Amino acid sequence: MTDKNKTSSSGSVLDNALNWVDERFPLTSNIKAHLTEYYAPKNFNFWYFFGSLALLVLVLQILTGIFLTMHYKPDADLAFGSVEYIMRDVPWGWLIRYMHSTGASMFFVVVYLHMFRGLIYGSYRTPRELIWLFGVAIFLALMGEAFFGYLLPWGQMSYWGAQVIVNLFSAIPFIGPDVSEWLRGDYLVSDATLNRFFAFHVIALPFVLAGLVMAHLIALHEVGSNNPDGIEIKKLKDKKTGIPLDGIAFHPYYTVKDLVGVSVFLIVFSAIIFFAPEMGGYFLEANNFVPADPLKTPAHIAPVWYFTPYYSILRAVPPILNSQFPGVAAMGLSVVAFAFLPWLDKSPVKSIRYRGALYKKWLAAFVVSFLVLGYLGTVPSNVWGQFGAWLGGADRATVVARIFTVIYFLFFILMPWYSKKDKTKPVPERVTG
Amino acid sequence: MKAIDSMKKILLAVLLVPFFSVANASEEVHLDKAPIDASNYQSLQRGARTFVNYCLNCHSANYMRYNRLLEIGLTEKQIKENLLLAGEKVGDTMKVAMNKKDAAKWLGAAPPDLSVEVRARGADWVYTYMRGFYRDSTRPTGWNNTVFDKVGMPHVLYELQGEQVLDHETHELKLVKPGTLSEEQYDAFVGDLTNFMAYMAEPAKQQRNQLGWFVLLFLGLLLVLTYKLKKAYWKDIH
Repeated sequence: MTDKNKTSSSGSVLDNALNWVDERFPLTSNIKAHLTEYYAPKNFNFWYFFGSLALLVLVLQILTGIFLTMHYKPDADLAFGSVEYIMRDVPWGWLIRYMHSTGASMFFVVVYLHMFRGLIYGSYRTPRELIWLFGVAIFLALMGEAFFGYLLPWGQMSYWGAQVIVNLFSAIPFIGPDVSEWLRGDYLVSDATLNRFFAFHVIALPFVLAGLVMAHLIALHEVGSNNPDGIEIKKLKDKKTGIPLDGIAFHPYYTVKDLVGVSVFLIVFSAIIFFAPEMGGYFLEANNFVPADPLKTPAHIAPVWYFTPYYSILRAVPPILNSQFPGVAAMGLSVVAFAFLPWLDKSPVKSIRYRGALYKKWLAAFVVSFLVLGYLGTVPSNVWGQFGAWLGGADRATVVARIFTVIYFLFFILMPWYSKKDKTKPVPERVTG
Repeated sequence: MKAIDSMKKILLAVLLVPFFSVANASEEVHLDKAPIDASNYQSLQRGARTFVNYCLNCHSANYMRYNRLLEIGLTEKQIKENLLLAGEKVGDTMKVAMNKKDAAKWLGAAPPDLSVEVRARGADWVYTYMRGFYRDSTRPTGWNNTVFDKVGMPHVLYELQGEQVLDHETHELKLVKPGTLSEEQYDAFVGDLTNFMAYMAEPAKQQRNQLGWFVLLFLGLLLVLTYKLKKAYWKDIH
């Protein structure tokens, strides 16, 4: 102990300070473990920007959220007005609010792309199952966070969206009606609901999210990152240094690379904030500029775009024995299905680069299903008119949604079969860039 | 790699879709294009006067402050002398004296607050609506509207526009009794009003758009720098 203190006193003031901290807190060792001596594969491509971008958006949402909370009033009589107050009277309030509302949508954009990266390169496979499960939990928490937050502006879409979603719980057999009443804290969405959603949105779920993100990263740094080739760089290490041959230090290499990604992201983000914050009604719905009115149901209630694939699945499943529960269950399952991927995928290779045509076809079918269902969720189910009497006059869009719902689930259900049957290519020893 | 490239293209296309698609599935009524120009302060000022004189008797604009109008070139003196007619302070919001319960009793429904009306319905809707009133003896007010069927609001500007009737076969409006303004004058009058209401719905919009270019310019430079930085750091990585 005494010897150590003596040697450290010979360095600069900064070194001394660092030593002082390191003897009490593992600062240097953590910086090494997670940044300067965390070795990531050198062949990360475009798809690998979205993890750090998701973290950036999370920080932005928390920061802008703090400032919004300073001026927002979680009160059914005041909420709508307080948002307009922020937009008009709070200095730079409009910017903070648009950053937050755009941030919500961009969060889902980057998270969906991040998840897609995991799909194409098999990032959920052994030994990364837990990273993936934490990720699915983050996705669920994020959906909750977005849903609770969407009620806060207290516009018509906020109100009726919440009404519809909370009512879904009443479809659960036996306990459903009590559960939805318990969630609302009232017989219909009201001031009590607004207050508790505010609590969930600003305290409960941000905490959960931060904790899960931490777990996601700790698990990632334990096993190391996957890469576009889906091979383990830890298998081939430099004999002397023990550093993976295809690994480079996260800092500085990926911190500076991610800065490029951040710059491009901020350009897109700012273009939306400054020139199209409503994004043609997809990020901010026109109807949400009408204050919530419990007596006036809007003609067309649509969730925000990031929920629409699941909403489509909900609408597509017909009621069975007069119960909406199958639809609700299908919707829940469509989100949770991602959690099973590590055990559904039986392919000997991880990355799409070495998979055969069969897997690629299924993945393409899944992506198309997701996008079509997403689009259909934004429009009324009669948007394409009806089939003739030979199909019972069914809504065309509903039939299409049903077909794609089936494909969506088949992607998961049949994965053990087609991922095994698929003709794979040989995987190289080293990453290919 | 080809598959990934084509996926990138699809992705880009999907991201851009919202910019081009005009989602207006429910409204089938044809709407005329409103002459919106937030930089035309003369028009905004005329619209503000019309709004205060005609609309503000029944409709509030609870989130709009009178002194915000300094932004569109009015002086505090002008606001006080021309727009504050019932002893309001210049920092007050545009409230209405009539209370909501009375309004609902007298008019069937309380007139909505108009602060963000243009954001809820769109400028074209407001512009067409204010020019779409026609005589309809089946309605309690004697008026109906082409874009808002069975509307509760009577035609407040009928002295200016005159009276229209609807040809139920061609669905076209015809002026049967001229008002004090010609058709062009009335369109311009409503155009100014709509322009003001669009401004009022988001007063920070002009500032937002102007600032946006500087932000993008800055970020463009940042991108050049970060790209060069990355290149410099990565020159040894193969």
